[in-house]
Amino acid sequence: MSTPTTSPLPAGASRGTRRPAGPRPLAGRLWDDRWIYLFLLPTAILYTLYTLWPIAASYWYSLLDWNGFSRDRAFVGLANYRAALDDPLFWQAFRQTFLFMVVTVPIRVALALAAAVALNNPRLPFATLFRTALFLPVVTTTAIVGVVMGFIFDPVGGPVNLLLLRAGLVERAVNFLGDSDSALWTVMGVHVWKWLGVTLVYWLAALQTVSEDVYEAARVDGANGWRVFRDITLPLLKPFTVIIVLLTAVDTLQVFDLVLTMTNGGPFFSTEVVETYIYRQAFAATIPRLGYASALAVIFGLATLLLALGQAGGLRWARRAREAG
Amino acid sequence: MSALANLRPRRRPGRRPRLGVWVQVAVLAGICALWVYPFLWLVSASLKGQLEVFTAGLDLVPEAWRWDNYGRAWDDAGFDGYLINSLIVTLGTVAIVVVRCALAGYVIARYRFVGKRPVVAILVATLFVPVGYTIIPVVELSDQLGLLNSRLGMILALSGGGQVAAVLLYAGYFSRIPRDLEDAAVMDGAGFLQVFRGVMLPLAGPVTATVSVLTFLAAWNNFFVPLVFTFSRPELRTLSVGMLAFRGEQSTDWSGLAAAATISLLPVVLLFAFLQRYFIEGVAGAVKS
Repeated sequence: MSTPTTSPLPAGASRGTRRPAGPRPLAGRLWDDRWIYLFLLPTAILYTLYTLWPIAASYWYSLLDWNGFSRDRAFVGLANYRAALDDPLFWQAFRQTFLFMVVTVPIRVALALAAAVALNNPRLPFATLFRTALFLPVVTTTAIVGVVMGFIFDPVGGPVNLLLLRAGLVERAVNFLGDSDSALWTVMGVHVWKWLGVTLVYWLAALQTVSEDVYEAARVDGANGWRVFRDITLPLLKPFTVIIVLLTAVDTLQVFDLVLTMTNGGPFFSTEVVETYIYRQAFAATIPRLGYASALAVIFGLATLLLALGQAGGLRWARRAREAG
Repeated sequence: MSALANLRPRRRPGRRPRLGVWVQVAVLAGICALWVYPFLWLVSASLKGQLEVFTAGLDLVPEAWRWDNYGRAWDDAGFDGYLINSLIVTLGTVAIVVVRCALAGYVIARYRFVGKRPVVAILVATLFVPVGYTIIPVVELSDQLGLLNSRLGMILALSGGGQVAAVLLYAGYFSRIPRDLEDAAVMDGAGFLQVFRGVMLPLAGPVTATVSVLTFLAAWNNFFVPLVFTFSRPELRTLSVGMLAFRGEQSTDWSGLAAAATISLLPVVLLFAFLQRYFIEGVAGAVKS
């Protein structure tokens, strides 16, 4: 039988055991704790196979010239990385992934905040219905939404163009997804529509930490809606802003489903993002370049890691700010 | 608090008039109509004639209700098989994720053991790894294990990697359960396994619900894994991959495609309608923790 810890602290936080004094042999301790290791076993095996080994293997693959069919893999050192640095299409995909983030994150965060503040008003009728409507796209399958959006924005029979033509806003139908000037912006618009609900729920959770009494007190003092928002709500939400911006930013790195189904990266690579470019090199090419694609994946993984580190730093800062505030 | 709130005067000079609330309602109603419009258009298109979709694309009510579109999507396009594949893959993934994450979360939360620190450190360090990063080795590994082009391979790829958030969710919940309950069970002679199955797991019902719902959503909606796992076995496609294939083959049959999309989206939308609380709580949890 193993010894449970005394303190009900969160994972990793418990310190000190209640074991009787005096060293016990390691083998004996491991045998005592056999149930613990048995419980960890499924996760240990699956996680090693499907997360840890792929992370390590990506680095190894990235040093190979390998097409995936034949068993011969030639070790080429850093040649794949040099090729990646010289690949204008990869940099275009990288830039477009980044642009996607810089454009959609502020829009999502700001729009969702406005909606959350409105929906958080306890006197607002139908608030739950509105929240459900705004959250609905979040639960739907992105790949299927992407296919459907292809029809919605179709220049011939799509409802968006029919509406624009009928309202007289455009003279000729706009080829939203077929024109390399508008395709990326259209995909961004659909992305914001699809995922706004997630950011909205983040903000609603943050707003719920602000007590209703604070608002009542401000209203009794005669403060109007905008002043309450600026002087009370906004400062109280400050620590959450960092977390919500970062969580929203991480979302935008995974736009593979939407891009592949709406535009397949086109026209002329104008909507290509890193994930679709990796997919194209590894799975959709006549001769797959698994080594090269792995090098791209490693570069992408490192870029993501930087973002995650930023997130960790931001979280620490936010926690401190909340404790101080 | 509420007593105090009830005491406040009904109308004070300078307080916002009720009209303002109704203006907000009108604006929000407009935005929400825009938000659900694509789905209304989709359902409407799935019931229209093939030509009517083009000629009367803005009318939401079809001239005649054409249920045969669903028959075409169901039988000819193979969406009956895709639906079954999606169900098997999704339910299999949910089962594995719940079991393995509950077990791991439990021992991490309540016990000290040799090697605990590195285990937790590795899990937290890999909390966020993008799919695009691991997909090539995962496919290669599945190929060598003979799991590529199989439903089991998809289930393992979806449930095996990641899921750190679910482990931490369970760990956080188990760590807050008081010791007394466990002590009482041990006093009654319950062993390690009985304590977990008889006391702890039933108490963690809310977490199991949240993890199940969020995993269901992620697995049902996943596209990358089933896409690369079914290249040479089209009959194993899930709904999302089947949809892309259907468009490739029948790009002019809009009403058939709309019917197929409606079939694919309906289960997850119904699930959301009935279990909305768990969806919202699961998402909101990311901010609170």
